[in-house]
Amino acid sequence: MSQPSQAHAHATSHDDHAEHDDAPHSTLKGYVIGFVLSVILTAIPFWLVMDKVIASSGTTAFVILSFAVVQIFVHMIFFLHMNAKSEGGWNMLALIFTLVLLVIVLAGSLWVMYHMNTNMMPVHSEMSH
Amino acid sequence: MSNAIAIATVDAAGRPIFHDAAGDHHPQNGTLFGFWLYLMSDCLIFGCLFATYGVLGRSYAAGPTGADLFDLPLVAINTAMLLLSSITYGFAMIAMQNKKVRAVQAWLAVTGLFGLAFIGLELYEFAHLIHQGAGPQRSAFLSSFFALVGTHGLHVTFGIVWLVVLMTQVGKFGLTAENRRRLLCLSMFWHFLDVIWIGVFTFVYLMGVLP
Repeated sequence: MSQPSQAHAHATSHDDHAEHDDAPHSTLKGYVIGFVLSVILTAIPFWLVMDKVIASSGTTAFVILSFAVVQIFVHMIFFLHMNAKSEGGWNMLALIFTLVLLVIVLAGSLWVMYHMNTNMMPVHSEMSH
Repeated sequence: MSNAIAIATVDAAGRPIFHDAAGDHHPQNGTLFGFWLYLMSDCLIFGCLFATYGVLGRSYAAGPTGADLFDLPLVAINTAMLLLSSITYGFAMIAMQNKKVRAVQAWLAVTGLFGLAFIGLELYEFAHLIHQGAGPQRSAFLSSFFALVGTHGLHVTFGIVWLVVLMTQVGKFGLTAENRRRLLCLSMFWHFLDVIWIGVFTFVYLMGVLP
């Protein structure tokens, strides 16, 4: 678990920059913590679905989606080394912008198409009377 | 900027070799940030495929459903393969920081093998589905399933190709600044694919078998 603090101490040409090591620092501890958390956050949703722990499908779906969101955060932080400061904040800004677009695309598609389905498909019960 | 470049030496063929003495023409993380932007655009492609699956995922056309088709133990093994390949790539990154060429190559090889295992299991699953008559042409559900999972598998395949190329590069030229930069880009790509897979196993497989 040696900290690579000496790795770029000789990079004299970069001394005028505030952060003179461009590579995100990886540590064994960080990867192991991320891996253990990921295993737990993966195993629980599989267990919930395979053993049918929760009777309601809706509740199960909500719980496993929540686990997925938490695990995505774990991967972002421990594996992709995301933080608010990397690249002077531009990494995070691009990510937030992408997330906004994703929410619009996903929520918009599901919402619009769900209502198209329910409103435009001939429903049997209505036709029968 | 022109005074930063000077002809320092001439190589064997008489061609001048230029050295960038200042080394400050680009922002330091230009490549890594640019690659991050590529990943974000890739994320939007997957977002569209997820939205398609979300809309069509229950349109079975009187064909088989996710509960009929999905083999969750197989998916769990596949997930484990990808997760293990993520941490072994992390070990390669740590070896890179410690400037150990052999260890980097060994961990990259292990990562590649886990990646190959993932692709192998996925191809087995696809072949099994098509053999059962549940190919992409069977229903809208299966079309969107193959489009989403297939695109992810294609990304992993090209990730493995890239990985083999970098193993060769590192073997030939060592851990130069360029190769370290390339390894960092592939690291982001590889971990990004694992993030996408979290969405796939949750949204497609686990939610697909729920009644």
